Amino acid sequence: MTDSLASIQILYEGWILHALVWLPILGLVHVMTSAGERAKNVAFWWSAAIFVLSMGLWWTFDAGSGGFTLESSTSWIESWGVSYALGLDGISVFMVLLTTLITPIAILGSFEYVKTRRRAFYALMLLLQTGVTGVFLATDIFLFYVFFELTLIPMYFIVGIWGGERRIYAAVKFFLYTAVGSLLMLVAILYIYFSSGTGSFSYGAFLAADLTMREQLWLFAAFALAFGIKVPIFPLHTWLPDAHVEAPTPGSVILASLLLKMGTYGFLRFLLPFFPGASQHPTVVVVMLTLGVAGIIYAAWVAAVQPDAKKLVAYTSVAHMGFVMIGVFALTVNGLQGGLVVMISHGVSTGALFLLLGMMYERRHSRLIEDFGGIGRVAPMFATAFVITALASIGLPGTSGFIGEFLALIGTFETHAVTAIVAATGVIFAAYYMLPMVQRVLFNKLDKPENRSFADLSRREMVVLGPLVALMIWVGVHPTPFLERMEPSVQVVLERVEVARTAAQRGAPERMLADPGVAEEADSRHMTGTADEEDQDR
Amino acid sequence: MGSVASVLTSGVPAQDAAHWEPVLPGLIILLPLLGFVANSVLALRAAGWSSAEVRAGREWDPFAGGSRPLTHTLPTWIGPGVMLVAFVLAAWNFVGMFGAELHEPVIRSYWSWISTSTLQVDAAIQLDQLSMVMMLVVTGVGFLIHVFSVGYMKDDVGYPRYFAYLNLFVFFMLVLVMGAGYAMMFIGWEGVGLCSYLLIGYWFTDREKSDAGKKAFIVNRIGDFGFLLAMFMLFQAFGTLDFVPIFAGAEGHFAVGGATVTAITLLLMLGAAGKSAQVPLHVWLPDAMAGPTPVSALIHAATMVTAGVYMVVRSGVLYALAPTSQAVVAGVGVLTALIAATIALQQNDIKKVLAYSTVSQLGFMFLGAGVGAFTAAIFHLMTHAFFKALLFLGAGAVIHSMHHALHKVDSHEDAQDMRNMGGLKDRMRITWVVMWIATLAIAGIWPLAGFFSKDEIIWYTAAWAGAEANPFGGLYTLYWVVALVTAMLTAFYMARLMVMTFHGQTRLEHGARSHLHEAPRVMTVPLIVLAVLSVFGGWVNVPPALSESALGFFGALPMTEWLHHWLEPITHDAAAIQVAALGEAAHDAPLLGGGELAWALASTLAAAAVVAVAVRQLAPRRVLTAAADATPPTGLRGVLYNKWYFDEIFDRTIVQPVLAASRWCWSFIDTVIIDGFVNSVGNFTRLAGWFGSLFQTGQANTYAFVLTLGVLLVLGAAVFL
Repeated sequence: MTDSLASIQILYEGWILHALVWLPILGLVHVMTSAGERAKNVAFWWSAAIFVLSMGLWWTFDAGSGGFTLESSTSWIESWGVSYALGLDGISVFMVLLTTLITPIAILGSFEYVKTRRRAFYALMLLLQTGVTGVFLATDIFLFYVFFELTLIPMYFIVGIWGGERRIYAAVKFFLYTAVGSLLMLVAILYIYFSSGTGSFSYGAFLAADLTMREQLWLFAAFALAFGIKVPIFPLHTWLPDAHVEAPTPGSVILASLLLKMGTYGFLRFLLPFFPGASQHPTVVVVMLTLGVAGIIYAAWVAAVQPDAKKLVAYTSVAHMGFVMIGVFALTVNGLQGGLVVMISHGVSTGALFLLLGMMYERRHSRLIEDFGGIGRVAPMFATAFVITALASIGLPGTSGFIGEFLALIGTFETHAVTAIVAATGVIFAAYYMLPMVQRVLFNKLDKPENRSFADLSRREMVVLGPLVALMIWVGVHPTPFLERMEPSVQVVLERVEVARTAAQRGAPERMLADPGVAEEADSRHMTGTADEEDQDR
Repeated sequence: MGSVASVLTSGVPAQDAAHWEPVLPGLIILLPLLGFVANSVLALRAAGWSSAEVRAGREWDPFAGGSRPLTHTLPTWIGPGVMLVAFVLAAWNFVGMFGAELHEPVIRSYWSWISTSTLQVDAAIQLDQLSMVMMLVVTGVGFLIHVFSVGYMKDDVGYPRYFAYLNLFVFFMLVLVMGAGYAMMFIGWEGVGLCSYLLIGYWFTDREKSDAGKKAFIVNRIGDFGFLLAMFMLFQAFGTLDFVPIFAGAEGHFAVGGATVTAITLLLMLGAAGKSAQVPLHVWLPDAMAGPTPVSALIHAATMVTAGVYMVVRSGVLYALAPTSQAVVAGVGVLTALIAATIALQQNDIKKVLAYSTVSQLGFMFLGAGVGAFTAAIFHLMTHAFFKALLFLGAGAVIHSMHHALHKVDSHEDAQDMRNMGGLKDRMRITWVVMWIATLAIAGIWPLAGFFSKDEIIWYTAAWAGAEANPFGGLYTLYWVVALVTAMLTAFYMARLMVMTFHGQTRLEHGARSHLHEAPRVMTVPLIVLAVLSVFGGWVNVPPALSESALGFFGALPMTEWLHHWLEPITHDAAAIQVAALGEAAHDAPLLGGGELAWALASTLAAAAVVAVAVRQLAPRRVLTAAADATPPTGLRGVLYNKWYFDEIFDRTIVQPVLAASRWCWSFIDTVIIDGFVNSVGNFTRLAGWFGSLFQTGQANTYAFVLTLGVLLVLGAAVFL
């Protein structure tokens, strides 16, 4: 019995990654060949089936020592050293599962919203799934880049064709912003490729590339720009509110839940391991932490004064991603794990918020907060889901948001106390932007006659929101299964950076590059050190 | 995952509990949660019916046709029912713990909540003498208030939703007091804040009420920010957030007065100030009176708002190591007590008076916790839970009756404004009597509960002011004097409340008077139980100096110093540190001399005099009704009437500037600077494209000209460079 189970598992592990990448393409073909009316159902069932298949990873995935598992590699463009290589580790497994979960939910959530050119729309959604899954699974940098760019095209069309009034402006802005960043990254990738001399684009070859600190810093900048735009890091975020507001509901969901994660994932997967020296460089750390904190507070403030609910939620994404950035650049286990949990939590709760806003739009054809009020009276189920989601978004303990922010902050506090203190004000400002919106939409008088006919959740909508709400609470109450799966891989990333740090501290010449930030950093560390010593000294 | 089964089998013993095996402790927490789930299902069902009616343009009346639907009968049994079982279980465990003479806390760990390579937080509860007292107060007083609510809320459309929230609150409150570490406590901490938010804004279609809920949440989060930072520092110092290792290691880790421990305790105090409405974060609590009155009794008087006091007492070891923080805690407490008491003098809304009274009494508790009188702080917390819950529920009965009477004559007068009341004592005898008991208790009249608890706090302040090595001795003397003055103010504003509400001529219009009625049995029985507790509740902690004097009929009355001994295992370490740091407490008051007994006698006599004089002076005075009394008071009275302008000051110095900054960030930084740059890059490319397109004329001679120009340029460059 166990033998047959084991052999099933071996079989499953042999093809699952490839299936996850390419099954959406098969689904795409099916969608294109089915009648327009049926397209949505076809797309949903394909993505749902892919989700069911992917769930096996939850049980079979074994973080092991933290490196890639289920690796496979086939030569693709031999003369360039490009291979078709996929692999999975404790960081990507959650991103992949998030992708397979969110896609069917986004598709199901779009049934009422998308009324035109359905076949094309669902084909693009599935193409997007292939791209995103590929990004998270590729272990060849060239392949990664192809998938990374591939996601841009369907999203561009989704916003540009099915979007709101200013969709063209938003789509072009989205495209240009991200294209500029990724072109610089391409240059950086080619630079590493040629300077490593291995003639290979494999992840391992890039890790092995011997780069001086100066090179690392430049390459870091190029990569950071590309991923920083995706995240987005303040002040590279202004494409996001426009894209979110104009995108159709499923587009916003995919954008917030998955595409932004490609940015933060890039930091974890590529920036830190490839440029460990630059990543621990005190100036770089200070800059990244500062931008992260700036994002948390700035975006929270701007969110609070948005009249458009969708724009408000878009800005909250920037704030949440700020927590990821400080968690990552705190360079501690807790910080990195916290960042990853924020990524998962944000994917779930912000996705749900966009779905809820989409439902509001479908009913009232408005996104303006002031057009609502008293919705709790006519749509209690909707209001309940909305409140739970909002609370998860602002990090109430017992929900996923708290675990992520708490770990990210505590991890940051370990190395950069001041940053963590300033960032922690984000918990106050989160209430400041979210609760007034909740109040003005759900509570207060039901004084607009149009809102009296606001329908409560349909059965389909409950199926859409149910899993997300359950996940918010599950991760909040029992995050250990998540944490233990990601920890070894996070440790691997961190160890590389640690090694680089000890090398730098041993007085490598690159240290000269540092500007006054180093001295400040050292000073502040010295000061906290003495304070502790004082206390212990009795 | 901690399954229900593992909770029912009372978890996995995390450490050796030699003497005592707790009985289903997890179930005490779980029961209110189950109640919440059951009531939520009913609430959503009822809300579904209601929303269908609203959509059809009608109002839903669940009681149409004379019968109550199941959604409005079942919560009557589920809500108070789970509380009763939880209370019985808590009491059972109390008896067991009592017999076991427990020295170490018993910890039950259910599952690993957060676990990374450096941080381990279990979903664990801690049973010890302190959490036991809190559990009894929360489930006991909670049960009585649930029962009262059955009568108070029975005609409300949202009845099941009300009980769902109330049960959820008790669940989080139990997590707060039973959690085995700061992280667990924080779940409860923010959870009760959530329930407070939901219950203040229970009538959510009222803008003012949902505003008040939002304000409570946001102000609380300012405190939570401090709590979070304190946790970070504790984790940094100890590598854990669990109580047992932190308190065991604190003394070896921090020197007395060390910077880190002072910072930690001050940050914890920030958290406590938010939750327990201490100056300047007290502004949310008076607004919180927008919630149903039983909610005010349970959450905003008896339990949640005392969480800060509990936390300070729980962290007693840390505070003992930080005398500066202790002085700050005591100072914030006594200042809050004074300010809130002065505001209470000028309020006309019966619930507002009680709200400020609560803030003031919480201030007393912090004074006690601050001067290291941890037992006294918990003692006052307990007695205050009795008499303040009684006062609020009594006020609820009054409002209920007033509301009914005004409704009968279609009057829109304010049912909570004491200026519209007067003379209610003839119509509501039970309420009148029990509220007088509570009033005398809170005023500190012997032999009622509040006398013993408040007196002990004030006395400890005096005693520690005189401790030989206390660097803040002078400050403590000031605290003591202010506390004595505040105690007199308390006696006065409470007497004023009683006179305005129950005595003198009734100011209700004629038709309405006959509709005033005493509350139904389901409401008066909890009142009577609380009244008994308000009388005798103080007898569990009477020092021999008082019980063996005339105040205890020379030992004839059944008074003990039980609570003091009971909490000894909790307070022992902190007390030892404090004595080592500050020296022994004095036996005489810092001013005028005199011992504990003398000052106890003096203060209760003074308070009694204040009450007597206030009643004599105020009762004959004519009070204008709210409608007739149009001009707000001016001068000092105006300042008090306007609550020292805290809200206005915060609005101008914090709220408006942050809002303005937010708007500026959006309209200037985002729109003008960043997007301006992005768009100009876009425009520049477009411009360059247009410029380039000028050369694409399609005429061969243009191309030839450009070609020649280019060749010349290249050649020229080659020649000259």
